[in-house]
Amino acid sequence: MKLWKSWVIASKDFSVFRKKKSVIYSVILIPLLMSIFLPFIIGSAGMKGSGVTIAEFASLLNSFSFFFVILAASLTTVIASYSLIGEKIEKSIEPLLATPTTDKEILLGKSFAAFLPPILSIYIGLGIFMVLIDKMTYNTLGYFYYPNWNIAIIIVLVAPLASILSVELGVILSSRVNDVRAAQQLGQLIIIPFFGIYILGEIGYISLGINSMLVISAIMLVVDIFLFYISTITFRREEILTKWK
Amino acid sequence: MRVDEIMIDVENLSKKFGDVTAVDEVTFHVNEGEVFGFLGPNGAGKTTTVRMLSCLISKTSGDARIAGYDINNTDDSLKIRKLIGLVPDNVGLYEELSAYKNLDFYGKLYECNKIQREENIEHFLRMLGLWEKRDVAAGAFSKGMKQKIAIARALIHEPEILFLDEPTVNLDPESSKMVRDFIMELKKEKKTIFLNTHNLDEAQKICDKIGILNTKLMATGTPEELEGSVWGNKTVIQLEKVNDMILDELNKLSLKKIIYDNNKLTIDVVNPKKENPIIVAAIVRAGGQVQYVTELSPTLEDAYLKFVR
Ligand SMILES: Nc1ncnc2c1ncn2[C@@H]1O[C@H](COP(=O)(O)OP(=O)(O)OP(=O)(O)O)[C@@H](O)[C@H]1O
Ligand SMILES: [Mg+2]
Repeated sequence: MKLWKSWVIASKDFSVFRKKKSVIYSVILIPLLMSIFLPFIIGSAGMKGSGVTIAEFASLLNSFSFFFVILAASLTTVIASYSLIGEKIEKSIEPLLATPTTDKEILLGKSFAAFLPPILSIYIGLGIFMVLIDKMTYNTLGYFYYPNWNIAIIIVLVAPLASILSVELGVILSSRVNDVRAAQQLGQLIIIPFFGIYILGEIGYISLGINSMLVISAIMLVVDIFLFYISTITFRREEILTKWK
Repeated sequence: MRVDEIMIDVENLSKKFGDVTAVDEVTFHVNEGEVFGFLGPNGAGKTTTVRMLSCLISKTSGDARIAGYDINNTDDSLKIRKLIGLVPDNVGLYEELSAYKNLDFYGKLYECNKIQREENIEHFLRMLGLWEKRDVAAGAFSKGMKQKIAIARALIHEPEILFLDEPTVNLDPESSKMVRDFIMELKKEKKTIFLNTHNLDEAQKICDKIGILNTKLMATGTPEELEGSVWGNKTVIQLEKVNDMILDELNKLSLKKIIYDNNKLTIDVVNPKKENPIIVAAIVRAGGQVQYVTELSPTLEDAYLKFVR
């Protein structure tokens, strides 16, 4: 396995993305807006001495930071479908497969390409989010709320695992769907379970605290490994050329 | 002939897609430096064969070796892909990227170093008259220009063997000629070329050997051999007037077959150089006025049509 080849493929995709306005907008703009909009809600409603307890405040912020997980899953499908179905539609997959590159190197390159831009953008968004929240709450709390363990687990485990889930789903979808938009729309179904978790958190059925995040991560890890297996079966030279319709 | 000169060696190669047999027990070989033309109608299995030989899809049965490497061996398949260049039937360029970037990307994947990439990209783009447009996005090019870039892309790593799947199908006559001349240049460099085409004229002009495919390989040989295999020699004689006396006289010569219409005789002959004077003498004897004598030679098209029908 030559990792540099995967990187060559991913870099090529980055150059292609840079020429696509829709990709740039969704990947950069949405997390950015979220990182400003969410603290704004907190600022205007939450902390204006309206008697919110620290616990309530923490739970509100936990569910807000979970938004970024949903975003990680959702943005990655957009890019993954684009990167794979794009090659299929432009028929550039055949000359690519004709190079001395293994299926795994190509799959990994495509996964890098779909994973890195959204996750980086999410990290930047989360960074802005944390700084803004800290700025707004320092005077009331007397300490910096962020960084904390909860957000650390989101950054290190939950968001990347959600994004990987999306990449794998994107690979599997691309083998069955021939239209970028259709794949992107189907891919958005991935946010349903995450929204479910979010709602359960909101109605207080589960907490979105450290323990839940760890459990969610463990579940996603298992699903990721399973989908990884499926996606490597789907992503075989011969399948791609003869069965991907 | 030394065995190691055989660059493409195919034996009883078959491919089935479910119930459909796309390629059926095909056997042929191509020597180093040869241009091999693969002719056949739509759906004959040309693209399928090229894909099997480029290790893109697996065979169902049979064997094939490319420069001695086995297409069915996973380790060999990477070596084969490095050794060959493929111009697929769909050009498949990255439309958003410039011509240069398209080629550079493939240069990297073919493991060419930076200097080799720079030199080869410039060399081929200049040769194909596209150097000035190297920074233009590939999507803005005409079909013919895209086709040329696809050819440059296949050559970026200086492969020993080049597979071309209908490379001139979208090109105007001038560009087609350019591609053909280009193929002839590559032939001079001892490259082995495998050319899928529908274009009989093209095959005749540049191929050393031709295979006619229609799921099965119907015939192989040089263009001349294939033409000769259609029918024997025929002599056409235009007379002022054909009459029974002439025909009687000719029948005495026990010729194989005589057809006439519009005072034109078409006669099957075995050895035209020996028989033609005898035939003409017989006609003159019978009082016939010979206006001209020509040979009727079968074309590659005749051969093609005979084999694919
Ligand atoms: N992925 C596939 N699944 C099922 N059948 C296929 C597949 N690819 C090709 N075939 C069938 O195999 C046969 C050969 O197809 P192929 O594309 O090799 O022909 P071709 O000679 O290249 O034709 P053309 O001149 O149209 O390019 C056809 O009958 C085709 O329908
Ligand atoms: Mg074809």
